Amino acid sequence: MAGPSTSAEQAAELASRPGHTNLRTSLVRWLLITISLTFLGALLAAPLAAVFAMALENGWNAYFASFADPDTRAALRLTLTTAAIVVPLNTVFGITAAWCIAKFEFRGKSFLITLIDLPLAVSPVVSGLIYVLLFGLNGWFGAWLMEHEISVVYALPGIVLATMFVTFPYVARELIPLMQQLGNDEEEAAITLGAGGWFTFFRVTLPRIRWGLVYGVILCNARAMGEFGAVSVVSGNIRGLTTTMPLHIEILYNEYNFIGAFAVASLLSLLAVVTLIIKTLVERGTGYRRR
Amino acid sequence: MKNVGQREPNVIPGFGITLGFTTFFLSAIVLIPLAALVLKAGGMEWDRFVGVITSPRALASYKLSFGASLVAASLNMVFGFALAWTLVRYDFPGRKFIDAIIDMPFALPTAVSGIALTTVFAGNGWIGQYLEPLGIQVAYTWIGITVALTLIGMPFVVRTVQPALQEVQRDLEDAAETLGAGRFYVFRRIIVPTVLPALLTGFTLAFARAVGEYGSVIFIAGNMPMKTEITPLLIVIRLEEFDYAGAAALGCVMLAISFVMLLAINLLQVWGRKRLMVSR
Repeated sequence: MAGPSTSAEQAAELASRPGHTNLRTSLVRWLLITISLTFLGALLAAPLAAVFAMALENGWNAYFASFADPDTRAALRLTLTTAAIVVPLNTVFGITAAWCIAKFEFRGKSFLITLIDLPLAVSPVVSGLIYVLLFGLNGWFGAWLMEHEISVVYALPGIVLATMFVTFPYVARELIPLMQQLGNDEEEAAITLGAGGWFTFFRVTLPRIRWGLVYGVILCNARAMGEFGAVSVVSGNIRGLTTTMPLHIEILYNEYNFIGAFAVASLLSLLAVVTLIIKTLVERGTGYRRR
Repeated sequence: MKNVGQREPNVIPGFGITLGFTTFFLSAIVLIPLAALVLKAGGMEWDRFVGVITSPRALASYKLSFGASLVAASLNMVFGFALAWTLVRYDFPGRKFIDAIIDMPFALPTAVSGIALTTVFAGNGWIGQYLEPLGIQVAYTWIGITVALTLIGMPFVVRTVQPALQEVQRDLEDAAETLGAGRFYVFRRIIVPTVLPALLTGFTLAFARAVGEYGSVIFIAGNMPMKTEITPLLIVIRLEEFDYAGAAALGCVMLAISFVMLLAINLLQVWGRKRLMVSR
C-alpha cells in the first residue's frame, strides 16, 4: 500500500508526525536543503543569470543593436524555418507511430519502440556525421547530388535532416505511453457506431491526448531550436547562410563579440524559460504527469 | 469467453498505413543514415580501423570523455539524490519553483549553457574568481568539462529518483522505527533498496548523455589535443580534415557505446519495475 502520493502531501505528513522533529533531523534537513540549493545555484542559476548580465553589460541599446546585424537576423530566420519544418513533421510521425504501437499488437513492437528511442542515445556529433556520410561530397549520394546541383550538406536540407534526427523521438515518446494508458475502448466504440478512422482520430483520440501532444511538441521545439552539435557538423557554419542561432552564438563568442553572443543566447534562454512554464502549466493545470 | 489462441479481430483501422509510414520514416531518417556510418567504417581495412580508434590522440580523448562523464554522473548521483530527497521529503518556500527548474538543462540549448558556464567559472567569473586563488582552475581544464557534464546530466538522476522516493512506504519506515531500528538502518534496509534501481538508471542516463555531449563542453574545455579534447570534438576535427573514414571509425566507437548504454538502461528499468512490483 503506497502512502501519500504527492511530495507536498508527504512533506505535510512528515511535519505532522510526532517525535520526528529533533535537533538532528532539523540539522540534516537544513544541510540537505542548503547543499541542494547551492548545487543548483552554482550550476544552473548562476550561468542563466550570467547570460542576461553579459548581454546587458553595455545597456539596452547595445543589446537591441546586436539584433540589427544581418547575419544574426539570418540565423534567427534559419532557426525558425528549421523548427517550422521539423516540428510538424516529427509531430505527424509521433502521432502515427503512437497510433500504430498503442492500438495494435504485433511482433517486433518493442524492437520498434527501441529503434524510435535510438536517436536519444546517439551523440549529437554522430547524428550530424551520418548525414555527411550520406550526402557529403564523398558520401553515398554525393556524386549524384553534385550532378544535379542539389546541396544537402552545408545547406538547409542537411540542417533539417540532422535536426529531425535528434528530435525524432520526442513526440512519439510522450504519446505512446499516454495512448497505451488511455486504451482503445473509446475508439472501438466510435468505430462500431459507424465513425470512420479519421473522424475517430480527430474527435475521439485527439482531445484525449492533447496535453501529451502539447508536452511533446514543446520539448521537440526546444530541442530543434537549440540543437548545436548535429547541426554544426552538417551545416559547415557558413556565416549568414547556414548558421542557426546556436551556431551563430559560437561564431560571435569566438570573435569575442560577447554582447552579441549573449544577446542571442538570451533569446534561446527565454525560449527555454517559456518551454518550462508551458510544461509546468500543463502538469499543474491539467494533471497530466510525465511518467 | 475467448478461446486461447483465437485472436480478436481488431476494429480499429489504420494498422497497415501507420506501420508502413512509421517504418518508412524510421528507416529514412534513422536507420539508413546509421547504416551508412557502419558501412563506411566497415569498408576500412581492419588494421587501419584499429589504428584510427587506438591512436594516442583517440585514446586520450576516450580517457577524458569517459573519465569526466563518470565523475559527472557520480556527482549527479550524490547531489541528485540529495535534491530528490529535499524535494520529496521537505517543504520549504520555493519548493515548487525549484521542482520546476530542475528540467531546465533539458530545455536549455547546449551552446547557451556552454558559454554561460565558461563565463561563470573563468578566472574572472562570478564563481571562478573565488576558486582561482585556491589553485582550482575550472575553465579550460578537465574540471570545467566535468562541471558542464554535471549540469546537463542533473535532471536525469533527480527525475528518476523522485518517483522512486515517493514509492518508499512510509509505514514500513515507521514500523521499523517503532521496533527500534536506527535512522541509518532504516535508510540502508528500506529506502536504499527501493531507490537503488532508479539511482542506477539515472546514473546510466546521465553517463550516456555526458559521453556524447558536445555543445556544453567545447566552450569550457580548452580543446587541446591529448589534454582537453573530447572524443566528439576529435570526430569533428577529422571531418574538417575530410578524413571521412577516420571520423566514421570514431563515430562507430561512439555508436557502439550508445548501444551498450541503451541496453544497460533497458535492463535497469526492467529490474526497477520488478523491484517495485515486489515491494508492493
